[in-house]
Amino acid sequence: MNANATTNSGIGGSVRRREDSRFLQGRGKYTDDINIAGQTYAVFVRSPHAHARINGIDTAAAAAAEGVAAVFTAEHTKDIGGVPTGWQVHSKDGEPMAEPKHPVLAEGAARHVGDPVAMVIAATRRQARDAAELVTVDYDPQPAAVDMKAALADGAAKVHGDLPGNLCYDWELGDKAAVDEAFAGAAHVTKLDLVNNRLIPNAVEPRCAIGDYDSVSGEHTLYTTSQNPHVIRLLMGAFVLSIPEHKLRVVAPDVGGGFGSKIFHYAEEALVTWAAAQIKKPVKWTAERSESFMSDAHGRDHVTHAELALDANGKFLALRCSTLANMGAYLSTFAPCIPTYLHGTLLAGQYATPAIYCEVKAVFTNTVPVDAYRGAGRPEATFILERIVDQAAAETGVDPAELRRRNMIQPEQFPYQTPVALQYDTGNYEATLDQALKAADYAGFEARRKQSAAAGKLRGVGLSCYIEACGIAPSNVVGSLGARAGLYEAATVRVNPTGSVVVFTGSHAHGQGHETTFAQVVSDMLGIDYDAVEIVHGDTAKVPFGMGTYGSRSIAVGGAAIAKAVDKIIAKGKKIAAHLLEAGEGDIVFENGAFKVAGTDREKSFGDIALTAYVPHQYPLESLEPGLEETAFYDPANFTYPAGTYVCEVEVDPDTGQVTVASFHASDDFGNLINPMIVEGQVHGGLAQGIGQALLENCVYDAEGQLLSGSYMDYCMPRADDLPSFQVDTTVTACTHNPLGVKGCGEAGAIGAPPALINAVVNALNGGGHSIAHLDMPATPQKVWAAMQSN
Amino acid sequence: MSEQITVTVNGDTVSARPAANTLLSAFLREELGLTGAHVGCDTSQCGACVVLVDGKSVKSCTMLARQADGASLTTIEGLAGDGGELHPMQEAFRDNHGLQCGFCTPGMVLSAVDLVSRNPDPSEGEVRRWLEGNICRCTGYHNIVKSIRAAAKVMRA
Ligand code: FES
Ligand code: FES
Repeated sequence: MNANATTNSGIGGSVRRREDSRFLQGRGKYTDDINIAGQTYAVFVRSPHAHARINGIDTAAAAAAEGVAAVFTAEHTKDIGGVPTGWQVHSKDGEPMAEPKHPVLAEGAARHVGDPVAMVIAATRRQARDAAELVTVDYDPQPAAVDMKAALADGAAKVHGDLPGNLCYDWELGDKAAVDEAFAGAAHVTKLDLVNNRLIPNAVEPRCAIGDYDSVSGEHTLYTTSQNPHVIRLLMGAFVLSIPEHKLRVVAPDVGGGFGSKIFHYAEEALVTWAAAQIKKPVKWTAERSESFMSDAHGRDHVTHAELALDANGKFLALRCSTLANMGAYLSTFAPCIPTYLHGTLLAGQYATPAIYCEVKAVFTNTVPVDAYRGAGRPEATFILERIVDQAAAETGVDPAELRRRNMIQPEQFPYQTPVALQYDTGNYEATLDQALKAADYAGFEARRKQSAAAGKLRGVGLSCYIEACGIAPSNVVGSLGARAGLYEAATVRVNPTGSVVVFTGSHAHGQGHETTFAQVVSDMLGIDYDAVEIVHGDTAKVPFGMGTYGSRSIAVGGAAIAKAVDKIIAKGKKIAAHLLEAGEGDIVFENGAFKVAGTDREKSFGDIALTAYVPHQYPLESLEPGLEETAFYDPANFTYPAGTYVCEVEVDPDTGQVTVASFHASDDFGNLINPMIVEGQVHGGLAQGIGQALLENCVYDAEGQLLSGSYMDYCMPRADDLPSFQVDTTVTACTHNPLGVKGCGEAGAIGAPPALINAVVNALNGGGHSIAHLDMPATPQKVWAAMQSN
Repeated sequence: MSEQITVTVNGDTVSARPAANTLLSAFLREELGLTGAHVGCDTSQCGACVVLVDGKSVKSCTMLARQADGASLTTIEGLAGDGGELHPMQEAFRDNHGLQCGFCTPGMVLSAVDLVSRNPDPSEGEVRRWLEGNICRCTGYHNIVKSIRAAAKVMRA
């Protein structure tokens, strides 16, 4: 990095975010803020049944209603391709997963509450809504598959009649024989059954999509609440609507939070794009919150049996896990890879467990599709591991921090090859553990427990040492594992003639502050003013083909692509400078924003070089093109591996079972930090979602497949007074394989927090004389109280 | 013919004839083009739509446009000073990283302005309880609470 790396607006500075100026004054441009002249409004008729045959749909009254432009059903859309899946997983026997068609509008059967059955388009939103009420669907309700175990049983109701059953795949990872052998020789075996509760992402901005069609040019434009506009263009253009890419533009403007739920290609996006061309008018659809609950992809929903084998000294010998993972009714874009390559591969955690075996059965049910939600597979793996380690500590009478420490991978073991495919590049887990224990005053817990006890409360402490794998890569490896896309990122750095810079990035910000962070990187590397760097993202007509933002990949992959492009700018600048300074290219160095002849005082400023590139009067035209603009595609060599230790203390009210978070301390190793203020904010947000999962949030279906938690009245979102202020700090081991040494920070909190909470609650109850091995999330007062009564 | 209403919006007098069932949130967004008030739910719980009605924070999705007849409204677009200088609450949110995606932000800021006008020195607990009606999915509230207390301090001075 440059010498000015420590200046306030460069790498490492907590620069105030530039995007805030518009957001704080109501000048953001979210999709629903966009209105196109002549725009019509779409409303979807959705199935109220979990599973029903559709015998007929009467749309006559709706079509005749005031203002209605069109009513579409599967009859009109059956030739449109199904919504595709971006990942193919193979079962143990080598067979590819079951991959049923996911029609854009239900064809002959509705398979979950919320499955879209008809699309009504009218001149105003109200007219569309009123007309939708007039659509009559002749449903023949069928038995629904809801519970995963029951769905796999013989004779269970089938979600897809054309499949042999509800099994999507039966996958495995690891050396089963080695694990069995280790278990046979173990001094102690801990067993645990866990449920990772289903969550509903609930970005505060509901999904929205506007289709627009230019009948003269034949160009389609989709404005959509997406985390990855190019992925949507590729999936929708190539697989659903057969629109060539040069005639399809996808714009994802300001997006009000995603957390995974806005990665996926949704039927509504395809339908507004298609319908706009059918009726030759722009078509806008904005989800109401109740629609979000029943149509945004859900997260988590695993049921697991896990076993950990230990030797007499508390060293982990082997781990085995068997998981059922809910896919919902259809395969959402990345659904198949979440419980497999983002879950099974994380089961080593921070520990040198020599043998691990994991098997996952993915199950279709008559519920909303399940896909990546903040953390995506990694929270599920971390919950298994950090709960069973705690339970093993309790059973063997070893302090939970000590048991973890005994098993941690040591700094000298990196690069460390886990038994579940990943190779960790770097880390120092014990140092982070120590820092967290010290900051949280772990040693002083007993005194606080007594204080709480004196006040009639049960206090508990819980640890969680998580690892995550971010920036999923490299493309050739994920391709061999079933990914149907590359996982690189792209950036173009355009230097203007006067030396200001515009960066076009394939990453997409929906709260992460890329416009600030990326500008810091570029201004630091080029030694130019932070305000001279502009970041452009979110429009396929402007930015190079990029994969977007998910899996905490923006800085590690997108930032690295920008850094690579800047490197190319500097390399070209050196050639221009060599010509101007009449020196050999090898003698030019770039320092503090200037190109210098090494060891002399002869130099050209960055601005001089930029101007020369565009006004090439004195320029090596025979060997170099004019202009100063470079594009880089960066395909990482490996994942990055952020890791950390979280320490949580809770107080439980023994009379009510109410859990209060007394303190929460997070120590994370994210590698180098670009903007520490933004990084802390990301941790806070992740922690709130993790604590939400552990204590409050739960998606509940009844036995018939009705969604009981379908509104903010029924689904408990974390509010400000459910949460404490957080203590957050970091340690640094720089990532070894990307140019910025960064690892990513977006999901850590949501991954590490849930087991810390549950460990703390279990610790509190057991410290209060109860005997409880496990509590499933969320640890509501009712659940905690019931556990105290029975044990 | 719909009934005519007259409201003051961010200092300007506006006369309009909203339909009887038009919500104030829809009136602001769709008829006046003031898209700073966001709609995040359909059960009046997220608070993204909060505006000030005669200085008091109100969820604009819980009120009919016609009920605002004669009132003075401040939306997030009208909170900064005439010269464009940010209100101390806006400034504090920026300074303390009290926003990420920005979707809940207009409601958070206006709700907080109302809190501080009622309680110039709110404790952390008071801020957290006041925000019961405002959901943020991004920030974990930590920096929002910090922002509001920092703004209150500036506004007291
Ligand atoms: S939109 Fe008004 S409270 Fe949610
Ligand atoms: S900043 Fe995104 S919801 Fe609050």
